[in-house]
Amino acid sequence: MLIKPPSDIPSPEITSEAHYHSRRTFMRAAAAAAAGAAAAELAGPVVRAQGQGGTALPGVNPSPFSTSETRTGFEEITSYNNFYEFGLDKEDPARYAGTLTTRPWTVRVDGLVRKPADYAIDDLIKASRLEERVYRLRCVEAWSMVIPWVGVPLAEVIKRVEPLGSAKYVAFTTLLRPKEMPGQRSNVLEWPYVEGLRLDEAMHPLTILAVGLYGKTLLNQNGAPIRLVVPWKYGFKSIKSVVRIQFTEKQPPTSWNRSASQEYGFYANVNPEVSHPRWSQARERRIGEFFRRPTLMFNGYGDQVASLYAGMDLKKHY
Amino acid sequence: MSRHLNRLVTLAGLVPAARLVWEAIAGGLGANPIDAITDTTGVWTLRLLLATLAVTPLRRLTGWNRVIAIRRTLGLLAFFYGCLHALTWVVLDQFFALGLMLEDLAKRPFITAGATGFALMVPLAVTSTAGWVRRLGGRRWAQLHRLAYLSAAAGVVHYYWLVKADTTRPLRYAAVLTALLGARVAWRLMGGGRRAVGVR
Repeated sequence: MLIKPPSDIPSPEITSEAHYHSRRTFMRAAAAAAAGAAAAELAGPVVRAQGQGGTALPGVNPSPFSTSETRTGFEEITSYNNFYEFGLDKEDPARYAGTLTTRPWTVRVDGLVRKPADYAIDDLIKASRLEERVYRLRCVEAWSMVIPWVGVPLAEVIKRVEPLGSAKYVAFTTLLRPKEMPGQRSNVLEWPYVEGLRLDEAMHPLTILAVGLYGKTLLNQNGAPIRLVVPWKYGFKSIKSVVRIQFTEKQPPTSWNRSASQEYGFYANVNPEVSHPRWSQARERRIGEFFRRPTLMFNGYGDQVASLYAGMDLKKHY
Repeated sequence: MSRHLNRLVTLAGLVPAARLVWEAIAGGLGANPIDAITDTTGVWTLRLLLATLAVTPLRRLTGWNRVIAIRRTLGLLAFFYGCLHALTWVVLDQFFALGLMLEDLAKRPFITAGATGFALMVPLAVTSTAGWVRRLGGRRWAQLHRLAYLSAAAGVVHYYWLVKADTTRPLRYAAVLTALLGARVAWRLMGGGRRAVGVR
């Protein structure tokens, strides 16, 4: 069964040209206003990458999985990013990601699956199923945010493509396009960025494929147009700008593990008791807060996910 | 002349700190201001330390002898940023969590290296006055102040160990430090070493 998008799908492709231009005008006005503010000018304002994201996603359903904690501001979420495809500094993605073309976008689903295909993003994500998931995000660098994602459970997508019984893992790949991703011209990491989950982790109801945040489609610096979000794992597991989802029998390679296996494991579950070899993971700085706060086991999602790792030595499987 | 040069260097050297203060007030430090302050003060410590070490090679290379007058100023500026960097860690980052800081000092090599680099700067800053040069004697003073190389090396290692994968920038500083050390060794091999001692 091919999944047809409903006709009311809020797709940027059907953004009217007038609306598009009015946004342009607004952006120009905003840019002019920003330039006029001498203080902001001196402080070196980060030029916000827009790309083709930022379109409102109406009719998003709330979710019981959402936290009621204070959300990190849109400004912070969209200006402080690790996305090495666009540079190493936290501000680089917001500066340089704007040029990335995210439409059209297809995701190749292949490997041990009954329905392999190149899926248009709107065929993969049913707009009517979009949920808001307000999740904590804990970066391996010991900072954290609370982000209102918009997406669908990955399990829904997986069920639809029907993995074979032999599939044990799900591998994800980020777009490789050095022309539009300047960071890929350096060899800081091996490109393209790859990540993976055990199939049961991928099927867990907390795991989502996100296409938006704060009720709007993702901006490029946040991994537009489609990314993974696994809230109980360190942020680098939540791979951005996904172009391929592959079902495998063997544990797939993951980028940071390949880069430094002593420091980044396949599981990368948030764990205050297992230090990064070079720094403690016991505390974190929530963006916007002054004092560090204690980091919670599984980033506070232990009740939901601890059973996935029953009997495993988490010091060994970090 | 040298006094003017020193004033100019001091003013220029304080610009990054002034900019930080301004950005902190204007809200231009981004989503993680404490990180931004840590980063800026750390990088300027290293830059100024390397600039300090570059003064003597520059003098030898160009024969511009007056440049030696700004060496102390550069060194003290490096120490100033080192102090800001250390204070940022103690006050803003850790907020005096003594136990955790001691644990970090012992268990996190990059913090150990950074603290070592900073600790090595302290005796150099203290003995930077003309009085101390006299008291120690030019030769011993110069020997003591070779610790600046060690401090810079500790700083570079500190930087190298703390980054995740992007070693490009720390390696740039390592390259500069290596070149400066190499210049010193080369110059000594060419038989000019003794003359450098005691010159201030």
